[in-house]
Amino acid sequence: MQITRRGFLTLSGAVGGGVALSGLVNLMPTRAYADELGKMNRIKAAKQVITTCCYCSVGCGLICSVDKATGKIFNIEGDADHPINEGSLCAKGAGLFDLTEANKHRLTKVLYRKPYGTEWEEKDWDFALSRIARLVKDTRDKGFVKRNAKGELVNRCETIGHYGSSNVDNEECWIMSAKSRALGLVYIDHQARV
Amino acid sequence: MTNHYCDLKNADVILIMGSNAAEHHPIAFKWILRAKEKGAKIIHVDPRYTRTSARCDFHVPLRSGTDIAFLGGMINYIFENDKYFKEYVVNYTNASFIVDSGFHFKDGLFSGYDAKKRKYNKDTWTFDKDGRGIPRRDMSLSHPRSVFQLLKKHYSRYTLDKVSSITGVSKENLLKVYEIYASTGAPDKAGTECYALGWTHHTVGSQNIRTMAIIQLLLGNMGIAGGGINALRGEPNVQGSTDHCILYGNLPGYLKMPVASLGSLDKYLKKCTPVSNDPQSANYYSNYPNFFVSFLKSLWGDKANNANNFGYDWLPKLEDGKAYSTMHLFDAMYAGSVKGFFAIGADPAVSTPNSNKVRKALENLDWLVGENIFNNETYEFWRGPGVDPAKIKTECFLLPASASMEKEGSQSNSGRWVQWKYKAAQAPGDAIPVGEIEIKILAAVKKLYEKEGGPNAEAIVNMKWDYLDGKGSMDVLKLAHHINGRFTQDTVIEDKAKKTSTLFKKGSLVPTFGMLKADGSTACGNWIMSGSFGADGENKMMRRGKEDPTGLGLFPDWSFAWPVNRRIIYNRASCDVYGKPYNPNRKLLEWTGDKWVGDVPDGPWPPMADKAKGKYPFIMKQDGVASLFGPAMAEGPFPEHYEPLESPLEKNPMSSQRNNPAIEIFKSDMDKVASASKDFPYVCTTYSCTEHWCTGALTRWQAWLLEAMPELYVEIGDELAKELKIKNGERIKVTSIRGEAPCVAMVTKRFKPFQVEGKTVHQVGMPFNYGWLFPKDGGDSTNVLTPTVGCANTFCPEYKAFMVNVEKL
Repeated sequence: MQITRRGFLTLSGAVGGGVALSGLVNLMPTRAYADELGKMNRIKAAKQVITTCCYCSVGCGLICSVDKATGKIFNIEGDADHPINEGSLCAKGAGLFDLTEANKHRLTKVLYRKPYGTEWEEKDWDFALSRIARLVKDTRDKGFVKRNAKGELVNRCETIGHYGSSNVDNEECWIMSAKSRALGLVYIDHQARV
Repeated sequence: MTNHYCDLKNADVILIMGSNAAEHHPIAFKWILRAKEKGAKIIHVDPRYTRTSARCDFHVPLRSGTDIAFLGGMINYIFENDKYFKEYVVNYTNASFIVDSGFHFKDGLFSGYDAKKRKYNKDTWTFDKDGRGIPRRDMSLSHPRSVFQLLKKHYSRYTLDKVSSITGVSKENLLKVYEIYASTGAPDKAGTECYALGWTHHTVGSQNIRTMAIIQLLLGNMGIAGGGINALRGEPNVQGSTDHCILYGNLPGYLKMPVASLGSLDKYLKKCTPVSNDPQSANYYSNYPNFFVSFLKSLWGDKANNANNFGYDWLPKLEDGKAYSTMHLFDAMYAGSVKGFFAIGADPAVSTPNSNKVRKALENLDWLVGENIFNNETYEFWRGPGVDPAKIKTECFLLPASASMEKEGSQSNSGRWVQWKYKAAQAPGDAIPVGEIEIKILAAVKKLYEKEGGPNAEAIVNMKWDYLDGKGSMDVLKLAHHINGRFTQDTVIEDKAKKTSTLFKKGSLVPTFGMLKADGSTACGNWIMSGSFGADGENKMMRRGKEDPTGLGLFPDWSFAWPVNRRIIYNRASCDVYGKPYNPNRKLLEWTGDKWVGDVPDGPWPPMADKAKGKYPFIMKQDGVASLFGPAMAEGPFPEHYEPLESPLEKNPMSSQRNNPAIEIFKSDMDKVASASKDFPYVCTTYSCTEHWCTGALTRWQAWLLEAMPELYVEIGDELAKELKIKNGERIKVTSIRGEAPCVAMVTKRFKPFQVEGKTVHQVGMPFNYGWLFPKDGGDSTNVLTPTVGCANTFCPEYKAFMVNVEKL
């Protein structure tokens, strides 16, 4: 989604101004200023996409700058038009870019560790989905409680636990809530309790 | 939050207690400082002096786990000095209700306690009713069994001397806070409270918050701009994940999870749907069947119908009186009964108390499925410290997930603003959104049940589960529509007030939860989200309008706030019984004779002075008024001070009940407790820092943040450090009866010893952001020290007060 550039340019101007002043002192800031100008030119040409911070629950707005040629995010900063954060961010939010694929620690493959194995192995989605489905069904069927000690119909599975998550989107939360109930799970919890 | 972040600027007094807002919610703190710039008083009550304290008007240190004593003293002060807002208390709370004659409180216990079960029988925690079945009231508040008089009597025991001795707060400091905060009892003053995990992480967590709720009601601070009780929550969508109830005891929209004794839909609905005989109580939850049946329809679509009670039998039923929280889950896993485990976007091997027990429990699993953007200590438990992978049978999957900015969807902040965000880039490699993984897992399971059958297979094979688009990706918009709700058949809605009649075609979006029905004609995934779309299809979560017609920062055209875009809940209580605002300068709402103007009101009815059509303001409460007397609580209708499970004191100075009588005691061989022990003499508390988030499971993998906060430390007051001959920067260890945590000593002036019951009590504090996996030299989880025990109502663990020793290596 495209947004107005007004607040965004205000912010960029403020950054540039600060760097220009400090540029009177030595050459390092001058180079930084040049880098900053280069980045600003890139940002001006970028596609801007709105997101919401993924840390605390204040809900600060951010703008991702996406290179139109590569489709990659190259900058993320506070959304000056957002009524709560008005462009500002905390240390974590300001570093959000380091959660993108630029971070070399990101998981990119399906990993599998066989029983008694000492390492992860790379697998594909088909393997993981069919194997997990089999394990879920076997565990559920084996431990399923149709009626409790009093003979009441309870249709529950106490042998599978489900934990998470408060750091995914609402639509995903609903899916997890529905999935757990369909399976008959009762050990259902997430970070809201910790 | 009853209010929202921008609203903090409207307060005259802000009490920050149970939170270090400046460091953990820096942007929220900006709005607190905005209030300060306008002259508001900002008070910080916290065991430790922090950056929050530095920016407040003053800081008051108190011993961890004594908040109820501190606030109980404030309630006493409010009564003794006549600071309560009488008109509000009389009309808008249950102060005037008459409590059952069998109700009593003696030596720390309320009537009905069963010591064997550690539970209360609540038969006497009830109100006297008149011949029509309406609670009897004494509007003069003088009846000895009125809630008002019982409340006053209960807190008369919280004298300044007593409170000071329990909390370690000087009497001068107590009076300073009480006086300033109680000044907001004036009709045109607003006081608010900001808390966070500092209040929830106690065996009395819910009662900490309720004590403050009582204060807010006595002072008339609920439902007004700049007022309310405001939880500064710590995860990006913890509001949404709670709203959608990924929780054992609730279904989406806080509907109740059925229990075994409620064997039929009729029985269940009868139990869950409150009845009020008072014509002035809106009793909005009388609509419960509409919300619940619509939810069942959202699960099973056409397969759920009148003939099969909309699939009620297919839902799992909890055992009556049994809890299934995280601590219960790991207790069962440790005992060997849980065989499979999904850990999604989470690191419970670091975040759960008594982590050593949790890690042992994981070894009992047959299989573990992890879904995340980074690896963590839970997914790698099979090669954790002291674990030999060759002996661990567990089959493990670690599935790569998209990061937040790599997927489209909505997130709800603490102020209930549901904001839409957009996909900025493709996730790297094979990563896909967690929601898509989950859709695909259940789809694969469903296929197996269709082929092979199995117990209660109907619950799975009948699921409406068509949330992938043509390309096989998660169809977020379709899901959002489903959560908002749709008409399942052509429906004509008559609006008698507006004299209109509207036809909604089958499949069209339900524009508000007021139109949901219990006859199967609507399907809605979560009733509180109904109205996030307009009937015309407008996605209100996408809104970015900046108009602020009230000047109060409500921003009604920015995103969607549940319920029905109401920005401040209970807002009718900001006006008198005629609908005139108590504070004309911060006019949140006003009755103009035929309608409410301002925020979206808590229901369209006239104010309560209109005896024929008017309603009381607390419309979600059965009796229409707020609860000073709260019988829903596990440990009593009035909050009472109990010591933490592990405390420096042998006795509770208030009564013979040292701990909360209603907490559950976990009894495995790894659940050791050491209270008032000379081996573990120091109170310990845990917290976060600005640069890390929760377990550090996301932030420890980021070089910029890790460099700023690289490893585990313990903050020790300089007096204690001197006593123990520990130097700043020295490597030491902190131990509890459950484990030990090597770390760096940070000797500081931020912790001062407390004088408690005539003795000196030292407190130390540690961050909870580290784990053994990464960085390798960053230290392990602080939760190897914490006990498996939690709040009697919520089972939030007691991370904020437990006993440790501090030792040189």
